[in-house]
Amino acid sequence: MSFDNAYESLIDHEDTHWAFGTGFSEALPGVDREVPSTVDAPDLFAYCLMLGDDALVLSQRLAEWCSRAPELEEDVALANIALDLLGQARLLLTRAGEVEGAGRDEDALAYLRDEREFRNVHLAEIECGPLAGGDFATTMARLLVFSSWKIAQYSRLRTFDDPVVAAVAAKGLKELAYHRDHAAQWVVRLGDGTPESHERMRAGVRRVWPYLDELFTAHAVELRLGVDSAAFRAEVDGVLDAVFAAARLERPEPVPAARVNGRAGRDGVHTEAMGYLLAEMQHVHRSLPGATW
Amino acid sequence: MSSSWPLWEVFVRGKRGLNHVHVGSLHAPDAEMAVRNARDVYTRRNEGVSIWVVPASAITASSPDEKDPFFAPSGDKVYRHPTFYDIPEDVPHL
Amino acid sequence: MDLEAEFERTVAAEHRVEPRDWMPDGYRKTLIRQIAQHAHSEIIGMQPEGNWISRAPSLRRKAILLAKVQDEAGHGLYLYAATETLGADRGDLTEYLISGRQKYSSIFNYPTLSYADVGTIGWLVDGAAICNQVPLCRTSYGPYARAMIRICKEESFHQRQGYELLMTMMRGTDAQRAMVQESVDRFWWPSLMMFGPPDSESANTEQSMAWRIKRNTNDELRQKFVDMTVPQAEKLGVTLPDPALKWNEERGHHDFGQPDWDEFWQVVKGNGPTNAQRVAHRRKAHEDGEWVRAAAAAHAAKRSADARAIGQSA
Repeated sequence: MSFDNAYESLIDHEDTHWAFGTGFSEALPGVDREVPSTVDAPDLFAYCLMLGDDALVLSQRLAEWCSRAPELEEDVALANIALDLLGQARLLLTRAGEVEGAGRDEDALAYLRDEREFRNVHLAEIECGPLAGGDFATTMARLLVFSSWKIAQYSRLRTFDDPVVAAVAAKGLKELAYHRDHAAQWVVRLGDGTPESHERMRAGVRRVWPYLDELFTAHAVELRLGVDSAAFRAEVDGVLDAVFAAARLERPEPVPAARVNGRAGRDGVHTEAMGYLLAEMQHVHRSLPGATW
Repeated sequence: MSSSWPLWEVFVRGKRGLNHVHVGSLHAPDAEMAVRNARDVYTRRNEGVSIWVVPASAITASSPDEKDPFFAPSGDKVYRHPTFYDIPEDVPHL
Repeated sequence: MDLEAEFERTVAAEHRVEPRDWMPDGYRKTLIRQIAQHAHSEIIGMQPEGNWISRAPSLRRKAILLAKVQDEAGHGLYLYAATETLGADRGDLTEYLISGRQKYSSIFNYPTLSYADVGTIGWLVDGAAICNQVPLCRTSYGPYARAMIRICKEESFHQRQGYELLMTMMRGTDAQRAMVQESVDRFWWPSLMMFGPPDSESANTEQSMAWRIKRNTNDELRQKFVDMTVPQAEKLGVTLPDPALKWNEERGHHDFGQPDWDEFWQVVKGNGPTNAQRVAHRRKAHEDGEWVRAAAAAHAAKRSADARAIGQSA
């Protein structure tokens, strides 16, 4: 590539260096995309939405930090994590569309579903900073809990009946290990930093704690697919206990999940924050029907 | 009052079989965070397989040419000297 | 031996000056100011585009934009690191930025008002930035030149994504085409201003050229940018909003009109559409992060105290 002519790069195709790639249907080379006969397709569709929405919605929240992080190095780190989750979301929503077989792609599913059709857990959608509802400590508390829980979930999904979900889980585990490590490093530093940071970290953990129970309450779809999230609890507790001990934080008492007529995120019943999140995310796409991007 | 973090020099091994090469510097509160930040800042496009970080204050440098008085006056100060990446072959230079 | 003569000889011979070499105070100060201003521009430049990450109209565009804005943070980091080789301190430079003592590129004081602006910034603003920056890959100060090589490489991808977004939109609906044209209309003149005032009014050019800190004059670069952009605009199918723009066979260049330099100076002096907002945003992020930076520093101090205690008891 020549740097004497700024425009040569426009016709010079070196996609290997492009940070995000383009063809996401080819992001899992060699994986069989036939829907296996052993899995109920509507259940698999719903489950791909649950997993994809978890990743998409948390990515949307983390990207809110862009240009607002406590230090430039952290700006870069948070963007990396948001990009990893967005990549997972795209693979899972693309898979959901394939399994459904109605011609919906990742964008149709992300932008044209209404709130009640989103299946993510509440933990992903609540406001934890940088805007109202939290701060950097709260964001790290959420990320620690979310990534510890996802690791337990994806570990089991590596042997899931659907080869695409299994491949996404195997790929995602490496990313999540980094996310969990990043969050744990910060929870320890803030918990065992200054009196102010300790107090903020303690408050951050309390802010996310009521949303833990939902993570371990399996939905009927999950149970039918043989993924019982109640079984993740001991593993996640072990991780949190170890981090809290190093961070000189006390583990809060368990708080039972607050549900609406027994329903929560997996059933499409969300917190008040979700409508605003979707309004912002979907606005441009919906206001230009038929546009190509 | 601002709490700024110390400066770390970053070295990346581009691929197996090559030396670690100085690629730049960054700020971090401690070594663990420095190596993590280095991963994000300097290997976003898979530029490395291994990273070293060294506190900038721990580096002792020789003068580039001890005999040449041109370099003598600042020999007592280890200024930080990121060299970033090796100049790519396809860049006309320099 | 005369250090200054040696320095001048090195620079005139197109050799690189490295951090521990002797250099004139004026050279050091000019470089710190120029590189810091460039670093600030990258960091402030995250805001106008970051404004659209949450609303990106496809997931692919969201990933592209987030990766791009992340790169800008990385570029700011490389450049601040280059100033630190000259003895500057990033914390001080951040203070200068948020107190208004140091400037950044005025282009980022214009608002982004539609998603097409993401494409226009990539095409015109990053394109103009590349014109300015490519010669700096051969600037006399080694760490700056090396930072610029890496930045230019990444920046060329940014420009490509911007142009590709605009091409895609121009192939879309009428509403999208109108959106692109409206965006180009707003950004064309500010893009020309990015090269700075006309040479006749530019104060620092001569010394910077002699020191090889700057390699081309403002007007030379502006002409180059216009000549390169015109055929791109034709291919895209947009009209550049300058009735005076036409090919001059005799000169072998395009003639073009002058931007509104009064507006330029207004924006430089801090009265642009978003000057106050951009600086306040950066200041808030910096101040809100203070307790985090303090906590991490306190934790590191505790850990190294623990390590010393263990060392003594062993």
